[in-house]
Amino acid sequence: MIGAPKPRLDVSEAELIRRVCQGDKEAFYGLVGPYERAVYVAAVSILNNPADAEEVAQEAVLKAFTHLAEFRAEAKFSTWLIQITINEARLRLRKDRRHLYESVDEPRKDEEGDYSPKDFADWREIPSETLKRNELRNALKRALASLPLKYREVLILRDIQNLSIEETAEILGISEGNVKTRLLRARLQMRDALAPGIDGSWSTGKPEYKKVRPW
Amino acid sequence: MSVIEISCLEVWREISNYVDDDVAPALRARMEAHFKSCAHCKAVLDGTKNVVKLVADGVEYEVPSGFSDRLYRKIKGK
Repeated sequence: MIGAPKPRLDVSEAELIRRVCQGDKEAFYGLVGPYERAVYVAAVSILNNPADAEEVAQEAVLKAFTHLAEFRAEAKFSTWLIQITINEARLRLRKDRRHLYESVDEPRKDEEGDYSPKDFADWREIPSETLKRNELRNALKRALASLPLKYREVLILRDIQNLSIEETAEILGISEGNVKTRLLRARLQMRDALAPGIDGSWSTGKPEYKKVRPW
Repeated sequence: MSVIEISCLEVWREISNYVDDDVAPALRARMEAHFKSCAHCKAVLDGTKNVVKLVADGVEYEVPSGFSDRLYRKIKGK
């Protein structure tokens, strides 16, 4: 996984890059191989569509290939590659008519203030035993897809890909403070999106869910 | 020494950092005291921790079979 501590491959990564720039395509397979999954996950978690995600992943990798000479060796290759992937995914979202209503660029006005949790029911337990794995996975994906893009991206990089705040900030081109704010909103919105299922129909079988409102 | 009280709004603002163990000790102490006496915020805390765990464990995107081959074919064609 991209965030896990990896053996010190930087020397051989630099070497691989050098070889690719000299025309060695095989070396590029070795360079990209460890990050294939991360590239695909970044794309599919933004687009929520495996076919589009695969196309975008391919486009991103090809872009990295053709622009490799521009890559500064002091930076991390994986950061650069994921950055390209996210940009390609955003471009695809802009082109896609279905997402015309969702702003890819500017945050909506209501996103600027504090986010207040909508619901205070206590679902301390994660009823993963009572839930079918598919049900949970689908609900998570739906909830993720319902988040504004700016929050979704941060949640993906931090909580799915386990990248640091610093790396997330670098990939997205925003401040670390901004990463933390967006992550907060992403997590709270996910909680509100999932709560009816987690504490209601999924675990008890009842169709109704009783929300607990503050005061 | 009594801990300075903190509002729920302030707690919600910092709750994500708290889950990541990324708050200063003084703030952490105030938040912990708050969680002991505020059931709503405790519920939000537990829910947020659950979300982090669920998202990390449960999303499980499967890379489509043949993804690698198709990818490398594209590279080869360049």
